[in-house]
Amino acid sequence: MNTLAFYVHIPYCVRRCGYCDFNTYTPAELSISSDLSATSRSYIDLLLREIEFAHETSTATLVPTIFFGGGTPTLMESSDLGRVISEIASKFQLAPNAEITTEANPDTVTREKLEQLRAVGFNRISFGMQSAVPHVLQALDRTHNPENVFKATTWACEVGFEEVSVDLIYGTAGESIADWEASVDTALALPITHISAYALIVENGTKLGAQVKRGEVIMPDDDQTADKYLLADEKFSAAGFNWYELSNWSKPGSESRHNLAYWNGDNWWGAGAGAHSHIDGRRFWNVKHPAAYGQKVLESGNPMHEQEILTAQEARSEEIMLQIRLVTGLQRASLSENEQRSLSSFLTDGFLDGEAWARGAVVLSKAGRLIADRIVREILL
Amino acid sequence: MPAIPLAKAPQPSLTDPAQIRNFCIIAHIDHGKSTLADRMLGITEVVEQRNMRAQYLDRMDIERERGITIKSQAVRLPWRSGIDNQEYILNMIDTPGHVDFTYEVSRSLAACEGAVLLVDCAQGIEAQTLANLYLAMENNLTIIPVLNKIDLPAAQPEKFAEELAKLIGCEPEDCLRVSGKTGAGVTELLDQIVKQIPAPVGDANAATRALIFDSVYDTYRGVVTYVRVIDGHLSTRDQIQMFSTGVRHEMLEVGVISPEPVVSKGLGVGEVGYVITGVKDVRQSRVGDTITTYNNPAKVALAGYKDPRPMVFSGLFPIDGADFPLLREALDKLQLNDAALVYEPESSAALGFGFRCGFLGLLHMEIVRERLERESNLTLISTAPNVVYTVTTGDGTILTVTNPSEYPEGKIEKVEEPIVRATVLAPSEFIGTIMELCQERRGVLLGMDYLSEDRVEIRYTLPLAEIVFDFFDQLKSRTRGYASLDYEPIGEAEGDLVKVDILLQGEKVDAFSAIVHKDKAYTYGTMMTGKLRELIPRQQFEIPIQAAIGGRIIARESIRAIRKDVLAKCYGGDISRKRKLLEKQKEGKKRMKMVGRVEVPQEAFVAALTTDADIDKAKAKAKERE
Repeated sequence: MNTLAFYVHIPYCVRRCGYCDFNTYTPAELSISSDLSATSRSYIDLLLREIEFAHETSTATLVPTIFFGGGTPTLMESSDLGRVISEIASKFQLAPNAEITTEANPDTVTREKLEQLRAVGFNRISFGMQSAVPHVLQALDRTHNPENVFKATTWACEVGFEEVSVDLIYGTAGESIADWEASVDTALALPITHISAYALIVENGTKLGAQVKRGEVIMPDDDQTADKYLLADEKFSAAGFNWYELSNWSKPGSESRHNLAYWNGDNWWGAGAGAHSHIDGRRFWNVKHPAAYGQKVLESGNPMHEQEILTAQEARSEEIMLQIRLVTGLQRASLSENEQRSLSSFLTDGFLDGEAWARGAVVLSKAGRLIADRIVREILL
Repeated sequence: MPAIPLAKAPQPSLTDPAQIRNFCIIAHIDHGKSTLADRMLGITEVVEQRNMRAQYLDRMDIERERGITIKSQAVRLPWRSGIDNQEYILNMIDTPGHVDFTYEVSRSLAACEGAVLLVDCAQGIEAQTLANLYLAMENNLTIIPVLNKIDLPAAQPEKFAEELAKLIGCEPEDCLRVSGKTGAGVTELLDQIVKQIPAPVGDANAATRALIFDSVYDTYRGVVTYVRVIDGHLSTRDQIQMFSTGVRHEMLEVGVISPEPVVSKGLGVGEVGYVITGVKDVRQSRVGDTITTYNNPAKVALAGYKDPRPMVFSGLFPIDGADFPLLREALDKLQLNDAALVYEPESSAALGFGFRCGFLGLLHMEIVRERLERESNLTLISTAPNVVYTVTTGDGTILTVTNPSEYPEGKIEKVEEPIVRATVLAPSEFIGTIMELCQERRGVLLGMDYLSEDRVEIRYTLPLAEIVFDFFDQLKSRTRGYASLDYEPIGEAEGDLVKVDILLQGEKVDAFSAIVHKDKAYTYGTMMTGKLRELIPRQQFEIPIQAAIGGRIIARESIRAIRKDVLAKCYGGDISRKRKLLEKQKEGKKRMKMVGRVEVPQEAFVAALTTDADIDKAKAKAKERE
């Protein structure tokens, strides 16, 4: 059956964190009311219009997953988020066991809000926990009280979310190994089924990027960050969370199916300002600014900004680049003799899983995951 | 007006030798030779005022930019003497001022009867000028001492007149005082050239003999050969013959430079001018050779010059391997004009295909490299310069080693290296500093003389290899720029020398091998291993870097393995971005050279082979261009 996953982008945040380079805006930046209820209605209306356009364009019939990301999706009224799910369900067909996720800020959700979200159809929730250590949270411009995360995840379970995930960030300036260990331990004590842990990336054009460039913030060295990865992987595994993608661990069966769709090269539609889509080797993305997005949608229903059609070679590069990050890895047979030979030293040096190699797969070892980009370059360049 | 319009001046080929004066100007860089020459062109009116530009005679961009003269020139200047009101022809033969080009100086001198010794009277005589002065005196040239830049507030004409008088054995009052800048004293100087310098002497009826003192390749005309006629006559009707080869050439054109080429019927005794025969390679019209006529060949050749011998060698490699043919073409072209440049193909495991080139000295090397890069739009890596070693192996085989990679393995009986006699002129306050530097560089003091109360001449023998390795930069910086240096090869001497190899993960990197004195091997080893540790990016395995003499490791460093090389996130929009980054990295990968399994960026090679002084120079240049 012809499937299409949906990503829904909500480009609003109450405030912008220093490290974040996502397409998101504060009410002040947009000169709109800080009470977003009116914006919620009008923005969701636009999304519905784009979903209609997606339906006109796409031949897909079945939607296996929907993921609401941002920004802060929970700044929208729960009923408005529900309208999006209903619209997708009415235009397409929702798979019976469809995974419907929203990202959420542990500081701003209430038990009531979580109940509403569950009621409109969400069954998976991912909280931006980042760290359990106050000075690290402060360095990230996150202000929440670490205890809120425990409350929020507990409520989420209580109101019936099937899957609860938290995001962690490591490698923040000033974070010690002990700090990170504390965050990992705290996360593992939560009632959750899934953890994402990302090494902080300093992006150009962010406040953090500028601070690093000016020398005001000194990032920890990569060796320490590598140690933190290994520490997390060790503790997660011991607690029954298995890695299934470089930065993602889950209880068996609780992998994020939506994210796997990205990595497996499935088709997905990204609705909302600046969202990216991929359909059959064509990548396209929407205009970024909410106002421009609104204008385009109202004009034609099509908010696309640009697109690229992947050549066979580009498609293959992406496939290798993405699949090597997964626990399932690459099929050796999909690589040429030369490409396989270029990997031999990585195999001998223990960067690839020897057993997997023997049964015909290229799977990264723990050390190999930490140099995945280098291994991809070795195959492709 | 003492100038004579060209049309009315004595014509080439018809000028009485008694009316001719051939002279050159000996001066140090910056002492104002080109400005004085410009002024002479102006006063004699061979260049009209409106066509005048600074450093008129310096043809190449590099000459004008660096303020130095590389190729000599000969300019015919008509002049009516203010002393006897007679008409004369002055041939001014320009000479290069740098030590690397001594051989060009000596050939200019052979075409003259006199020399103007030009000294900046704010600075005094410099070592290289002194060397050229001695050369001129050995050639029995009449020397006219001239103090230049008398208009400068810092001028000390009395002091330096004393110094010059002492050097050439005249009275301080005999030193003329001029300013090339304002023109003061230049008319008197021209008159004195006429008065003091003897007219050329030759037999107009004898078989023709003309001395080739320069040979220049011109894209449009082929080789232009500069000659000084000693006996007989050269005319366009003649077929000429090169004495050394016996090869006959048609004479396509004869002329003089005034200062643009002016075609003439011929050249007579004592005259200086050019001939064009249509040959395409300067080596067929060799400097120092004698030209005679085919119909009436002379029996005895004129005394020529020794062929210049390359003293400094370096490998030149194109950064982009695909440019190798372009580099060959560029060298071939340059050699048409520079008989002193020698080269042969070389291949380096690390740097690919290139050429091992021999140069007269460091400046020559720099100029060649700059011309190759500029004129052929190449980007080059040059390996550290080295000298020529004579190595005797245990079994008595004698090898000439111009490249460290040719250094034999196994037992070495002895190694000999070129030795020079170096002369340093400096204010006496720097005696200690200079002696310390020379001592560090394995120098042996030969002697020391005071030129004046506070200026000394210090003489040392030094291994050339020590000079090649940043000696001049050190001398300049330690004496705040006041010291000047000249050196001449005096032979070879046995040295306690070893070859130091640099190994990356146990693999020898040929480009970094060097032949050094035993006492400096450790310093070289730690310097290179340290530099490379900084320059080579971390890879997924540890990289040991070692310096070794034969099998003995003398220094080691190591580059720790990289542990993290991955971006944590890869969702929707990240995918295109990441793929594009990967495509961009392809370019970087192309610029990597593999040494064993170690990827070394090209920049690391360049930086490791570059001295700090070079980096500073490159920075300064980059700044100028901004």
